[in-house]
Amino acid sequence: MTRGIRLWLVAAGGAGLAALLVAACLDLPRFGGDRHPYGDRAVRAALARHTANTVASVNFDQRAFDTLGEMTILFAAVLGCVVLLRQTRDEHRARPAPEPVARPVRRYALLVLPVALLTGLYVIAHGQLSPGGGFQGGVVAATALHLLYLGADYRALERVRPIGLYEVGDAIAACAYLVTGLAGLIGGTAFLANTLLPYGTFNTLSSGGTVPLLNAAIGMEVACAVVVLLARFLDQAVEIESLTGIKTPTDKERGK
Amino acid sequence: MTALMHALPYLVAVWVLLIGCYGLATSRNLIHAVGCLSVCQAATYVLLLAVGYRDDATAPVFSDIQPGSRPVVDPVVQALALTDVVVGATVTALLLALVVQVAKRHGTLDPDELSELRG
Repeated sequence: MTRGIRLWLVAAGGAGLAALLVAACLDLPRFGGDRHPYGDRAVRAALARHTANTVASVNFDQRAFDTLGEMTILFAAVLGCVVLLRQTRDEHRARPAPEPVARPVRRYALLVLPVALLTGLYVIAHGQLSPGGGFQGGVVAATALHLLYLGADYRALERVRPIGLYEVGDAIAACAYLVTGLAGLIGGTAFLANTLLPYGTFNTLSSGGTVPLLNAAIGMEVACAVVVLLARFLDQAVEIESLTGIKTPTDKERGK
Repeated sequence: MTALMHALPYLVAVWVLLIGCYGLATSRNLIHAVGCLSVCQAATYVLLLAVGYRDDATAPVFSDIQPGSRPVVDPVVQALALTDVVVGATVTALLLALVVQVAKRHGTLDPDELSELRG
């Protein structure tokens, strides 16, 4: 199929899709309207279970089973990346040489690193109270570690980041989520039902029953997963070299 | 006119989706195509948050407001948007890993040059 035909096909299909979607949009409830039956019920359920952040309550209490699926997707994606980006037979590992870093960059990175790490942990710990939670805080904490790569060099990062440990941490966090769910079954209720622990005082760290526990498990899982993912991509960029050299397209091929 | 104004956020989502699809179809670089897929996904964030919006409402977090004192936006779609972001990020990571492998095995990132099968 030539590019011309393909473009016409995309234009025809896109126009049809656009017409249908616009017709659907004009029939949707008014933007900013007052009718949100599910939202109102979710807010009521969250308040009944003493969880100040309704979004955390929806994620880790009312839709905890869906979050289990989401976590499994994340786990599977990390597994896929680890398999896809492994060192193959025709590649070898080169020790990256230490690179000089501009002094302001080094100072700023090392100054911000502990602050960013602490912010990540804070966001995870207060997931049931304030905006944020395990997913957001995990990403912040994991990327904070990589400031070491900017501020020092790759070897310094490798010293604080034993990949095996993070892979184990990823698996343990995924198991912790499952075990918390199974505890509900053993306690005589349902899988992942938030009825086992006392709901605590509203707007305190220990409120919300199992929400803080599941939140912490997700935070650990996301942090470990992001570290492992970034490590695999950094490995490809910094350490792994092909013996034959990656065949890059020549200028002639590229200009085609 | 007001009917159009009330549908405007939804129409923005439609536009973002279509522009992403156009980029996907005309892409000549796999990394660019992965970026276009992320643009398509961004349309779903716009749509979800537009569906959940309520006039004069604040975030559904009650750590600093009295429950019932103010209307809050729909927390269900916000949780869905969070799920969406996480899944989008993981899919992007996996696709980029595939792109790295394609670049290594075939020496090109142009999807049009990847037509032949190789054992």
